[in-house]
Amino acid sequence: MSLMEKDIPVKKATREAFGDEIVRLGKKNKSIYVVDIDIGKSCKTTEFAKQLPNQHVNVGIAEQNGAGLAAGLATTGKIPFVSTYAVFGSLRMAEQIRQEICYPNLNVKIACSHGGLTPANDGASHQSIEDMGVLRTIPNMTVIMGADYNSTRKLVEQAAEMYGPVYLRFTRDTVPFLYDENEEFTIGKAKQIKDGEDIAIIANGDTVYLALEAAKQLEKEGISVKLLDMHTIKPLDREAVADCLNIGKIITVEDHNILNGLGSAVCEVVAEEGKGIVRRIGVQDQFGQSAPYEKLLELNGITIENIVTTAKNLLKN
Amino acid sequence: MKVVGIEELKQKAIEMRKTALTMIHEAQSGHPGGSLSAADVVTALYFREMNIDPNNPQWEDRDRFVLSKGHVCPIQYSALALRGYVPYDTIYTLRKYGSPFQGHPDMKKCPGIDISTGSLGQGLSCAVGMALGGKRDLKTYRVFAMLGDGECQEGQIWEAAQSAVKYQLDNLVVFVDDNGLQIDGTTDEIMPNQDLEKKFQAFGFETKRINGHSMEEIVETLDDIRVAKNGKPKCVVLNTVKGKGVSFMEHSCGWHGVAPNDGEYLTAIEEVIGGLK
Repeated sequence: MSLMEKDIPVKKATREAFGDEIVRLGKKNKSIYVVDIDIGKSCKTTEFAKQLPNQHVNVGIAEQNGAGLAAGLATTGKIPFVSTYAVFGSLRMAEQIRQEICYPNLNVKIACSHGGLTPANDGASHQSIEDMGVLRTIPNMTVIMGADYNSTRKLVEQAAEMYGPVYLRFTRDTVPFLYDENEEFTIGKAKQIKDGEDIAIIANGDTVYLALEAAKQLEKEGISVKLLDMHTIKPLDREAVADCLNIGKIITVEDHNILNGLGSAVCEVVAEEGKGIVRRIGVQDQFGQSAPYEKLLELNGITIENIVTTAKNLLKN
Repeated sequence: MKVVGIEELKQKAIEMRKTALTMIHEAQSGHPGGSLSAADVVTALYFREMNIDPNNPQWEDRDRFVLSKGHVCPIQYSALALRGYVPYDTIYTLRKYGSPFQGHPDMKKCPGIDISTGSLGQGLSCAVGMALGGKRDLKTYRVFAMLGDGECQEGQIWEAAQSAVKYQLDNLVVFVDDNGLQIDGTTDEIMPNQDLEKKFQAFGFETKRINGHSMEEIVETLDDIRVAKNGKPKCVVLNTVKGKGVSFMEHSCGWHGVAPNDGEYLTAIEEVIGGLK
């Protein structure tokens, strides 16, 4: 059954996917370490700490040291996953990630819960809207956000298997299951959910579900939609974006600032190729606030309705 | 550890200072002041204390050296050149295009560099990670880190210090090159460090303050530390003089990041050959 026909009621946060997968990986490979920065309970690493204490480190509330310590561990052949909230794991650790992880190209993974607006009632201080953009500008870094529980598990596994720095971003809140557990994902390769002819929608993370629902509505109205899950924004699957250029009308959807995230990355390709129009749906370069997650999405136009409207307006062009 | 006598180490320290000054003079760029203040301990580590193999720089059981004050890499590069990690002539390529001797240490470009550094305050965290990795793997190697006193103004140093104590890293030896100067002035003027030995002690390190230019004291301290497997990381605060060995560079923050001209270079070499006063 295609994803377009599937009824999607069940939800789970992708931070749970990380917590479950990292235990499995750690049992299999004793080089895999988790470096916690106190908030293991929240980042779902407590099971790893319990079952694999010899592969676990907790540096307390000290992100910068966590990143640097992980770099040192990596020089001894370990594969450390530094786990914290996305806003701290990107910005508080940004320079350590640049200097001690990406510059020497060490095999450290930064695995962060609380991506985007998902830590909704925590307010703007804990919401992370700049992280993927900041980290995508650092050489050697790979930047990923899975759309659901099953794809996130696969992407975490692949991140552990590939050499080099990876930033993985998870949701705090639950998101619907989209994929079966046997579905395969490749870092750097877009997942085409559906081919189409009139408009292309490229989404990632928690917004893939919204894009999918919007595509269903558009299809009902006779508009043929090509839908991509761009879980990796760096390296971006340029080929997949280029394949949308025949359609020429592209909407990007992300739970991230519209500056420098997925939308920007897609625009770079489209501008360089010299054809196509892009509309970016995402956080409107503004801070969030404490509110229900859906309300925050709505305040930024990250909704099924707005995706549908944007598509229709774009088709009028 | 190689058994090398004190007098031989003092001679090596002279060669180290000459080499560092020569590379900075050739580059007309670099940091002589801090290179000279750290010279004696770095000499003792590379020519006596550390269990390393220049023919196998990636040997997994080697002792590690982390130059957290990465800008004084000319002194580490001198050790690498003199120990044969790279051909000696590499010293004439410092800071030049394509050189393994980058302006700050780059582990991908230069054999014998265990971690890239340059941004102050970050090296100790990496050293802690290396020491912890060794402990977890039941390895016997040790990790030596060289910190500047100025960089102890960075909060991350203290984050790293507390983690070294938590994980009982008695395979970690931290040196603080306490020369009292930073770019803008004395550390007391810019941001007083108070007593760095007491600070590390309060964090749970086993500490000692010694004359960082006395080869006798350095060797004696390293001998003591080698046998002290007591679950505590070690910190040795070094009373040092920035620019040590070159009279006109001593006690001067003006020589933090300035290369000597031809005349100054010749005078400096003459003074260095005479040994430490």
